Amino acid sequence: MAEQVIKKQQKNFLPTFLAFLKYSVLVISCLVVFIPLVVVFLGSFKSNTEFLSSNVFALPTEFEWSNYKTAFIDGKVLLGLKNTAILIVVSCTGTILVGTMTAYVLQRFNTVMGKVLKAAFLLATLFPAISMQVTVYRIMNGFHLVGTMAAPIILYIGTDIVSIYIFMQFLDNISYSLDESAIIDGANYFTVFFKIILPLLRPAIATVLIIKVIGIYNDFYTPQLYMPSEELSVVSTSLYRFMGPYGAKWEIIFAGIVICIIPALVIFLALQKQIYAGLVNGSVKE
Amino acid sequence: MTKKNITAERLASRNKLSKAYMEKMITVCLFLLIPTLLLVIFTYIPAAEMVKFSFEERDQFGQNVKFVGLENYKTVFTTPEYFAAFKNSIYYLCGSFIQLGLALFIATILCSKIRFANFFKGVAFFPYMINTVAVALIFRRFFQKGDGITNTDGTLNSIITLFGGDPVKFLSTEGLVNICLVFVSIWRYIGFDIVMFIGAIQSISPDIYEAADLDGANRFQVFRYIIAPGIRPIILLQMILAVKGAISVYEIPFIVTGGRFGSSTFVIQTTETAFKFQKVGLASAMAVVLFLIIVVVTVIQKLVLKEDK
Repeated sequence: MAEQVIKKQQKNFLPTFLAFLKYSVLVISCLVVFIPLVVVFLGSFKSNTEFLSSNVFALPTEFEWSNYKTAFIDGKVLLGLKNTAILIVVSCTGTILVGTMTAYVLQRFNTVMGKVLKAAFLLATLFPAISMQVTVYRIMNGFHLVGTMAAPIILYIGTDIVSIYIFMQFLDNISYSLDESAIIDGANYFTVFFKIILPLLRPAIATVLIIKVIGIYNDFYTPQLYMPSEELSVVSTSLYRFMGPYGAKWEIIFAGIVICIIPALVIFLALQKQIYAGLVNGSVKE
Repeated sequence: MTKKNITAERLASRNKLSKAYMEKMITVCLFLLIPTLLLVIFTYIPAAEMVKFSFEERDQFGQNVKFVGLENYKTVFTTPEYFAAFKNSIYYLCGSFIQLGLALFIATILCSKIRFANFFKGVAFFPYMINTVAVALIFRRFFQKGDGITNTDGTLNSIITLFGGDPVKFLSTEGLVNICLVFVSIWRYIGFDIVMFIGAIQSISPDIYEAADLDGANRFQVFRYIIAPGIRPIILLQMILAVKGAISVYEIPFIVTGGRFGSSTFVIQTTETAFKFQKVGLASAMAVVLFLIIVVVTVIQKLVLKEDK
């Protein structure tokens, strides 16, 4: 009898202990993610003197909103957000149009030109993107595109092989009979593409949009190299510039960081599932 | 039907055929015009130039160009400064493997019966959504050591002093700085791996788990014989991407330390050689070297993945 009780206790003990371990791992991971962020959030509300004198985890005694004002206006984060939004809208529209059209031709028509281009795209994935700018810069300069938004936009549209692959994979699953019956009914390829194919590609477009928006929002190198002037600041370059004038004023840098995190947080909370699915689909195709 | 009629019909159908063919070709050309132009002008011409420049001594403006043969390549491989940068990628490579192991561990936990699994997944993933520069600045402060005048100790040193330790110069000690930077990179990217692994684990059919359960398999056996083989392709893919990522690290060390205290990477050196020191020939040679390494890694990737199938 007693033996049975002990056995039963042992049986209960192991799963409980395992569950405890599991939750400990997860809670510790959460702390590792949260601690650096909480410090930023708290610090962004402190005045300079308080920032220097108080403990990093101490709550601000008085909320110093002026940090946010400085970051927004003088730090040009607002301008950065606006320019980033322009880059995202134009580049995404371009990528989707060019990408879907290319994928349509490469996947549906078996032409020599298509095959060559497909191979060329595949080879291009091997070029190291940042190092390549050594010579791309010269060409951009030759077209007088350095210092304009056109340079990053062209690069975001022109070198996007991953999205073409996502579109092609998706097209594989769209039945040919749809195109064929439309052609028999007298539609031309343009009509087929815009009226039938493009609307059906909507889920793939969502995937590409998610990857693209996160990519452009996070890109630092391209805008830093091609849009060095202050009026063309994007989120990342305007934050980077904070290190100069506000180098020792972390409370203002922190306010700038919080401003940049908020849109990402809102988008993440709203589109969590789609973002996970989009990134998983996107990277498996690489 | 007369013979004449048949010929006419054939002709008409041939006309129709060629008209359809023409229409098709026009569509193909129009649709491919823009991507082809962009690809040629902004990828292939620069690539060709890169190879050509790598044999020359030249600046950004292309004045006083001199053919120097393999001299640039010799410089890349014999200058300790450049080679040290390659050594740093070993830190990132080790970091990526730790990251993959940890991600797999956390993903398996999140796939077992657990409360708030979505919340934990979201928390782990969120750093991936934060702007690179913001992440770098957060950790510049996180690892900071105060100088007693304008800056106080950062978060980590505050915690250390709280427990009675002495503040550490995390970002200005050679070796240690790279470990810190690798930590930042894991902090930012691990959530992505976790999401990938969870996706792969969940795509394994639940019937298999049920069968294993009936056969009395324990947790470890389930992982060893069901989960691990099921997500093998994803693990291999992630490992290859980790290698490619480790040799092309740029943003985080560039912003956190500016590549100082022995934390420079090969890509940082390439861009500095090109744009700060204006040695386009040498920088091109460096880019070509990086390209060749990536080609080798990709060939290995194809071979490994093929064998796996």
